[in-house]
Amino acid sequence: MSETSSSFLRMADLPSTHLLGGGTAMCAGCGGLQALQQIYDVMGEKTVFVNAAGCMTMLSVYPFTPFRGSWLYTSMASAPAGAQGVRDALDLLAAKGKLPPEEDLGVVVLSGDGSAYGMGLSATSGAIDRGLDFLYLCYDNEGYGNTGQQGSAATPLGARTATDPGAEGHVGFKKDLFGLWVANRPTYVATVIGAEPLDLARKIEKAMQLSGPRLILALAPCPTGWGFAPEDMVEIARLAVRTGIFPLKEYAGGEVVHTKKKLPRLPVEEYLKLQGRFAHLFEPQRNDAVIDAIQAQVDAYWAEYE
Amino acid sequence: MRRQLLTGNAAAAWGARLAEVDYVPAFPITPQTEIIETLDRWIEAGEMPARLVMLESEHSMITAAGAAAATGVRVFTATSSQGLLYGMEMLYTVAGWRAPFVLVNVSRGLAAPITLESDHCDVLAARDSGFLQIHCSTCQEVIDGVLLAYRLAEHPRVRMPVLVNLDGFYLSFTREPVVIPDLESVRRFLPPFDPEGIRFRASEPISQAVAVLGGGPYSYFRYEMHLAAQEALTAWDEVASDFERELGRPAPLLETHRVEDAEIVFFMLGSFATKGMDAVDRLRDAGWKVGLVRPRLVRPWPADALRRTLCAVRGVAVIDQNLSMGMGGILHGELAAALYGAPDAPVLASFVGGLGGRDISPEEFFEIAAVTKQAAESGHAPAPRLLYTEGELREVRKLQGIALAERHETSPQRTPLEEA
Repeated sequence: MSETSSSFLRMADLPSTHLLGGGTAMCAGCGGLQALQQIYDVMGEKTVFVNAAGCMTMLSVYPFTPFRGSWLYTSMASAPAGAQGVRDALDLLAAKGKLPPEEDLGVVVLSGDGSAYGMGLSATSGAIDRGLDFLYLCYDNEGYGNTGQQGSAATPLGARTATDPGAEGHVGFKKDLFGLWVANRPTYVATVIGAEPLDLARKIEKAMQLSGPRLILALAPCPTGWGFAPEDMVEIARLAVRTGIFPLKEYAGGEVVHTKKKLPRLPVEEYLKLQGRFAHLFEPQRNDAVIDAIQAQVDAYWAEYE
Repeated sequence: MRRQLLTGNAAAAWGARLAEVDYVPAFPITPQTEIIETLDRWIEAGEMPARLVMLESEHSMITAAGAAAATGVRVFTATSSQGLLYGMEMLYTVAGWRAPFVLVNVSRGLAAPITLESDHCDVLAARDSGFLQIHCSTCQEVIDGVLLAYRLAEHPRVRMPVLVNLDGFYLSFTREPVVIPDLESVRRFLPPFDPEGIRFRASEPISQAVAVLGGGPYSYFRYEMHLAAQEALTAWDEVASDFERELGRPAPLLETHRVEDAEIVFFMLGSFATKGMDAVDRLRDAGWKVGLVRPRLVRPWPADALRRTLCAVRGVAVIDQNLSMGMGGILHGELAAALYGAPDAPVLASFVGGLGGRDISPEEFFEIAAVTKQAAESGHAPAPRLLYTEGELREVRKLQGIALAERHETSPQRTPLEEA
């Protein structure tokens, strides 16, 4: 992305007032909430969040909401279809002269990885092939976090979850949601993380200037699910990027561009060893096979781009 | 106003067209598909200013329907059977949004075994969802039912989505003469959709369908739905009276046929009630004092009207085209609940029939009347009966014989002992 086209050139350009209210039921140190706060500041309040079942369902609990704009809770499987109904209805009202342009709203799906990678994929796929003008925001904490971190399709190799309690942790691999979207050539797909606020703000700004199906995939370090202290969230998020485990990138106009390529990459164990979910790879004895396999996955990914 | 031969599906589409719906989220399923194809053809031809969007499932379709209604447009959608059940989570969910819209269900038996033909197990599975239910017995009632459904759904004291049910094949694909009302009369009956406070606008931020913590607020909203659904009974009288004034046809809560001096009454839903009425006429010719009662609304359940009408008769034959496994006919239980404890309550006899499109013959209606008459005279309810003939059993045995013979031909090493 060309930096000159963004109004966010340096940290000082980021919004200094915050739109999302505090005092919600989210956990201390939630990486998803950190990302959402920054995203909402850029998006603004002329939005309707169509929520899928997940941790963030607990943001709006009767009669309170941290949002200055609107909200609709749907279900775990069908938030993109809810976005379809809202978007179509707003367009129909506008076409019939019943909705002045200043009353229009951006439609945002808000979902965790459980919905985005799994149960909601059918509805997501439908929304993409219909070319729905919406923004899909996934906070990815790599497990069914709201129910106590069971393994999901986003759980990475080796991670212990409530349903992967064995010595090897999770045996499957993390599904490539970015790639699934890109394969269908939507308008925009980007990964973001709250610990890189400038990169995040530029991507949201860009996404907001486009129309059509757009995915923002935010890695959401999760103190309760991943096993770390809330104050370590930003450090772990930074390491996810520095080790190359979570590539910051965007897709637009048929091309994938990495927006942070810092070399040299740190070894993945710098990231793994800070988290309880990977502790079994280091204690009581080191499991080099799994650590090496994780490193090999990351190296293989970057080998295509470096 | 004009009279035309229409299938039940075309009548449903005409109902949506005359209601001037804005939005039709759709997904095809036999025997409903003709409804959405008809609407799509009209929209493509510029005869109907609406938007039809194909969703990728009924679960999504009902979500989109509820979300569009919650944004402030008039919505129509339709499904059947497996589709209704696939969307079941969203039936309950969108009913709680209190966003009114109309969903036509073309009833069809449920798998397994999979079938295309009609019974009421699908629509009655949605009985407790919060959707109100209007059941149609003719193609005319389908077009009328859709229009009545919008008035009822959008009534300020109700504000609930409504299911309009028509029987697959018996109505969906059967042409009957139907009066298509003119648009001006419909407009007098059904004013433009007023979303009231339920809509999304930038200047009026609103959080809809948020979570609650604890049973207090949860119960509050669920009780409100129940009370609103009950309000639909009195709203129906108002709506039906407007309907008769503007469109010239009465729309009673209960259809009654020759009940005035009846001792025995058939109690039925949907299109099979027209078979029941024919049987009533034949039995009357033979000197039997028989009548028929058919509720048009199943939710809300018109318990008071049923008590008033049925406590005058001695025996009621409840003919259920559904089956709750381990319990029996659902209407039988519902009617028993409505009549329990009423002085002069009739004896109820339960019959289950018409599953998966199975016919109910005139002879069976005569037998039902005889069993019910005897029950009324003795004062004792007979054991529930599952309608089935020896001929049907022979036919199934024959199919089983063919299946065994086929298996024997393809796997001759099996011994007859194993097959037995």
